[in-house]
Amino acid sequence: MELSRVSQLVKGNIVYESEISPQLEFAFSSDLMSDVLRFHMEKTILITGLSTVQTLRTAEMSNIECIIFARDKKVTDDMIELAAENNISIITTPLTLFEVSGRLYTNGIKPIF
Amino acid sequence: MQFEFDIQGGDFSSAGKASSDIKKVLKQLNIDPKIVRRIAVALYEAEVNVVAHAYKGVMKVDLDAQKIKIVLEDEGPGIENIEKAMQEGFSTATDEVRQMGFGAGMGLPNIKRNTDEMLLTSVPDQGTRLEFMVRF
Ligand SMILES: Nc1ncnc2c1ncn2[C@@H]1O[C@H](COP(=O)(O)OP(=O)(O)OP(=O)(O)O)[C@@H](O)[C@H]1O
Ligand SMILES: [Mg+2]
Repeated sequence: MELSRVSQLVKGNIVYESEISPQLEFAFSSDLMSDVLRFHMEKTILITGLSTVQTLRTAEMSNIECIIFARDKKVTDDMIELAAENNISIITTPLTLFEVSGRLYTNGIKPIF
Repeated sequence: MQFEFDIQGGDFSSAGKASSDIKKVLKQLNIDPKIVRRIAVALYEAEVNVVAHAYKGVMKVDLDAQKIKIVLEDEGPGIENIEKAMQEGFSTATDEVRQMGFGAGMGLPNIKRNTDEMLLTSVPDQGTRLEFMVRF
């Protein structure tokens, strides 16, 4: 699925779009970084309520290509800088983690395991 | 090739910088992306552990054509019971660390799972030494 379609489904706002535009098939929802780091994350969206620089670092280490920050969490310049460095696209949305997950799931985005 | 990084305890804004640098080097060397990911995850978990649990530490990376060897040594509270610390879900992380998204007690098991050899030793009230190796 294209980034723009993902964003549209979750009533999101694309805060940063990576130069290599991602094709997204899977998603994983978590606020626990070590939980995220347990899995292979190819073509995967991370849906999270945790908006820190470490969220971006975690995405970088596990090759996550898109992060959706639920409930309009703030995205800082430091975070966008890391996103650009590592080709990670960022979407923010006013929806909750639950609703974001539900909308993507019913539109064909698969769980990672 | 050898690299050395200082890691500052409590500094969550730069945690992961060292791991990021090494990941970039490995990518440039055209190492299998699956192996690069395993090394990056282990490095990052180890680096965050020093930031989250110790006062300060050093990460040393030794790289040749066959393998990468990493040693992290820190000054800090150390680990009382290594066996317990290695269990999934065991964590002594503070609220501050948990607010950063860590403290699930999954870091050390993640390192174990992603490396070919791992050795963790510690002297309580002095510090911790973690060594691991991944073959290419
Ligand atoms: N460098 C260290 N110095 C002191 N204690 C440590 C160190 N590394 C790990 N520990 C101890 O071992 C426990 C387990 O570590 P582990 O990395 O598995 O989990 P965590 O760091 O608490 O949470 P997570 O890694 O899931 O975010 C820690 O909570 C801490 O008590
Ligand atoms: Mg840890």
